[in-house]
Amino acid sequence: MTDILRQLEDRRDLARAGGGARRVAAQHAKGKLTARERIELLLDEGSFEEFDMFVRHRCTDFGMDEDRPAGDGVVTGWGTINGRMVYVFSQDFTVFGGSLSETHAQKICKIMDMALQNGAPVIGMNDSGGARIQEGVASLAGYAEVFQRNIMASGVVPQISLIMGPCAGGAVYSPAMTDFIFMVKDTSYMFVTGPDVVKTVTNEVVTAEELGGAATHTKKSSVADGAFDNDVEALAETRRLFDFLPLSNRDRAPTRPFFDDVSRVEPSLDTLVPDNPNQPYDMHELIRKIADEADFFEIQKDFAANIITGFIRIEGQSVGVVANQPMVLAGCLDIDSSRKAARFVRFCDAFEIPILTLVDVPGFLPGTGQEYGGVIKHGAKLLFAYGEATVPKVTVITRKAYGGAYDVMASKHLRGDFNYAWPTAQIAVMGAKGATEILYRAELADKDKIAQRTKEYEDRFANPFVAAEKGFIDEVIMPQSTRRRVARAFASLRTKKLTNPWKKHDNIPL
Amino acid sequence: MFKKILIANRGEIACRVIKTARKMGIATVAVYSDADRNALHVKMADEAIHIGPSPANQSYIVIDKIMEAVRQSGAEAVHPGYGFLSENMNFAAALEAAGVVFVGPPSPAIEAMGDKITSKKLAQEAGVSTVPGYMGLIADGDEAVKISGEIGYPVMIKASAGGGGKGMRIAWSESEVKEGFESSKNEAASSFGDDRIFIEKFVTQPRHIEIQVLADKHGNCVYLHERECSIQRRNQKVIEEAPSPFLDEATRRAMGEQACALARAVGYTSAGTVEFIVDGNRNFYFLEMNTRLQVEHPVTELITGIDLVEQMIRVAAGEALPFAQSDLRINGWAMESRLYAEDPYRNFLPSIGRLTRYRPPVESATTTAVVRNDTGVFEGGEISMYYDPMIAKLCTWAPTRAGAIEEMRLALDTFEVEGIGHNLPFVAAVMDHPRFVSGDITTAFIAEEYPDGFQGATLDEPTLRRAAAAAAAMNRVAEIRRTRITGTMDNHERKVGVDWVVTLQGQSFPVTIAADREGSTVCFADGEALRVASDWTPGQPLARVSVNGAPLVMKVGKIPSGFHLRLRGADLKVHVRTPRQAELALLMPEKLAPDTSRYLLCPMPGLVVKINVAEGDEVQEGQPLATVEAMKMENILKAERRGVVKKISASPGASLRVDEVIMEFE
Repeated sequence: MTDILRQLEDRRDLARAGGGARRVAAQHAKGKLTARERIELLLDEGSFEEFDMFVRHRCTDFGMDEDRPAGDGVVTGWGTINGRMVYVFSQDFTVFGGSLSETHAQKICKIMDMALQNGAPVIGMNDSGGARIQEGVASLAGYAEVFQRNIMASGVVPQISLIMGPCAGGAVYSPAMTDFIFMVKDTSYMFVTGPDVVKTVTNEVVTAEELGGAATHTKKSSVADGAFDNDVEALAETRRLFDFLPLSNRDRAPTRPFFDDVSRVEPSLDTLVPDNPNQPYDMHELIRKIADEADFFEIQKDFAANIITGFIRIEGQSVGVVANQPMVLAGCLDIDSSRKAARFVRFCDAFEIPILTLVDVPGFLPGTGQEYGGVIKHGAKLLFAYGEATVPKVTVITRKAYGGAYDVMASKHLRGDFNYAWPTAQIAVMGAKGATEILYRAELADKDKIAQRTKEYEDRFANPFVAAEKGFIDEVIMPQSTRRRVARAFASLRTKKLTNPWKKHDNIPL
Repeated sequence: MFKKILIANRGEIACRVIKTARKMGIATVAVYSDADRNALHVKMADEAIHIGPSPANQSYIVIDKIMEAVRQSGAEAVHPGYGFLSENMNFAAALEAAGVVFVGPPSPAIEAMGDKITSKKLAQEAGVSTVPGYMGLIADGDEAVKISGEIGYPVMIKASAGGGGKGMRIAWSESEVKEGFESSKNEAASSFGDDRIFIEKFVTQPRHIEIQVLADKHGNCVYLHERECSIQRRNQKVIEEAPSPFLDEATRRAMGEQACALARAVGYTSAGTVEFIVDGNRNFYFLEMNTRLQVEHPVTELITGIDLVEQMIRVAAGEALPFAQSDLRINGWAMESRLYAEDPYRNFLPSIGRLTRYRPPVESATTTAVVRNDTGVFEGGEISMYYDPMIAKLCTWAPTRAGAIEEMRLALDTFEVEGIGHNLPFVAAVMDHPRFVSGDITTAFIAEEYPDGFQGATLDEPTLRRAAAAAAAMNRVAEIRRTRITGTMDNHERKVGVDWVVTLQGQSFPVTIAADREGSTVCFADGEALRVASDWTPGQPLARVSVNGAPLVMKVGKIPSGFHLRLRGADLKVHVRTPRQAELALLMPEKLAPDTSRYLLCPMPGLVVKINVAEGDEVQEGQPLATVEAMKMENILKAERRGVVKKISASPGASLRVDEVIMEFE
């Protein structure tokens, strides 16, 4: 009997050894952790329960039947993060370079099916050379099986992808369909076609890092939502993000005990907006001063920085924040910022996370670059996302809310629940100068007269009260009491119930 | 007594004067420029009058504008503070002519002492010991070089009308004299409107010790003992104390009596300061007399119990001094730290911007300790580029020097300033420096002890362990809170362990933590156990911790798997990990910061005044490359090594941000 028990332990040891000590050392030498080490750091200590440890591939071509390691290059299972359930898979680069075989894919599909059935998120750690060439089309079929599950899980359970090594070719499309992608600087890259193919086809010479490294995807392509210095930091920060997310669309956003005064007054916010309307200020300060404990998890901070997206907590509950950033491009909306914010708003709406919108927007960025790039449809994405969202929506206008951009930024007309404005707000069809030049075109030659008209326009319209008179602004609030007002607003919306008309799905302008 | 006074100044000193005036029942009038529209002194005063654009030479130092404000407000007297018009005899004279009382000395005394050359002659005549130097006017750089050669190096080049380190340079060679002469002249012209320069011998092993005098209009003159101001950076005082740890009673009396003799000789009234330079053998030489209230006057107030501003106002109103020399004793010890908006990690370059957080320590006074903070700023306020970068003066008092230093350490650790670069970490490091603590200091202390600038203090092992124990206890609180999230699996909750590894300052401490109701006990591998108690909760930016009964105050930020802690001048990334996490973290490669050595980056926000080189030039180490002006100071940026200029990206007149590229080398 003991021998039989012993045999289990031996088999487990063999499976846990992955590709062997030499390959593990090589993985470490690259500054990367192994698949199992990553799971250890991601999950609560001792909480990991493995599935399919003994699964082996069934390929017999190219001598593959000689080498059938237990686990087949991916470690799968479930565990907890701070006590909450999560399903994980972690590709093992030390076994066939983490390449995806039919059985490797089946293991991933199994835990994704479990996740969907039991309502818990999926976190995938990608470190794979790609398809297992020896298996041919069976490997491609495996990818597609995973894709289909990513699609079915989208909007049902949160899916997070960590790119911790290579992720190339078809493999990129699974992370691409998850909710968040994070990369590790210097040791990960993602691309559809690698540098060699690029060179052959286009004669372009480019390194893997330039083509698909963390900097490329967080700053240029916006494929990735963030990048971290190393595996350890990436996994620690993923745990931090996980605590903001609900387990599934059947749950509410999580809450946890908080150590901050709900009514905390911040007198310094009264001087946040500078006297000069053209002078920028950092919207991050307002976000941090509204948030519990100044804790802010920013999403896509290196891309389209003219809009800020991320998670905070108010009274311990997760809230998604979307905020114009006057420091960058005056906080205007453009193609990139609209896409970035639209995707974030839809994530929050899908998972019942309330949305706080902070507005200081001078309008849409003009120019041929924007129009040729389709700013009409991209801008419409954000408008659409806000309009369809049924979660609690609280909006604070700090300064400019001009033109169509005013409508877009979670205005009253898009079913904003609480629409607040600071006394410094200017809610108008456009800035005073532009407006007078149109309204008084005949007087343009007379500089004094135009200056006078501009002054009159400013006095009449550059304030929140015209909108407040019409009920578009529910109340004008003191900047220093913003946290208290926003917290009370969200508290009153905990019982909000709003449903959109039945439809198969909407037709957002993609 | 006056019913209303006007304060012809801004910032902390305006606030300081308003406080005393209010205590005396006198109404106050503030003046302000555009940049100071929302300043603290404007809020504190009973009324405020706008006097013009932001630059001081269009507002605070325009006599006509101040006179107009005086007329408008009907103030009977004007307190000038320090700097600006405080030592401008024309201003004092203008007030006198208008029948308004100047809270300061009579204009002839200002005139006599305001010029360093005249004042030195007068001092000699009054029997005051003086430093060898050249008193005449110097025409140009070549003459400056010749004179310097005669006096003998090192020499000090000073603006005749200067003060506060502006327009002042030390030169050790001919080329430095030439360069220093030009830049002193330029600075003097822009700061004081008077570009006269003089040169004198630079005393070695020098201490800067000054005597506070107070004289009334009835012929009484007393000295309120000394202040030691040897801790200076580029001739700008950073830390002052009273009394001096160096003076004996006889020297103190001799200096005090000479100071009073000088004051009497020029018919001085009001508060004034006679500055001396003191060498290693307690020989002292007259440096200059400041005919105004000194920045560092609070330390004198703390050891004498006398409100100098009040006495200035009373003297101005014609009252006689209510005390005699024999009444003035030294009680305890006082320290002052000047908080500057200067980034110590960037060679103390000026930093401007919004104070996103500003929480000074709570002021308090008991028989064993005093904490006082003179400030002119507030959270949410703006530090502008137009004025002096000093934003607060933190003072502590205790019966002994060691006690005052300890109080200062805690007060500095408690002081929260965010949004701008500031010198708090540097001052805190000095407070822990053994040489400073011993009192063995000279004016070269900073240059000698921090020759390569300041990179943050290194904590000694006991302090490091205290911080590590505190971090372990704080981490436990944070981890337990994380497990209290909604949606956990019943009966399968996460259990927070007791074994942790704390990594900080390149050292790792494996610890075991045992918590109870009152706090926790943190055991180190060698058996040392530290008892930690704190009311810190996650997210609090300041942690007050008691470690084995001794207080430890730290500024706390969040980083992945740990905290960013700042205490005692150290800036630490502290990781608290489980043993397994710590083991795996060791496998992570160290990431090196990108190499910027090929670039000359703008070290502070400022205006490019001059580019000294052209593309293609070969430059030598130490050669001036560009001059950037910020906060009225001209900063010469020099080549750090030999090289060839490849590309110049900035031109004179350009306004640059921090780290913007000025030029690139090959």
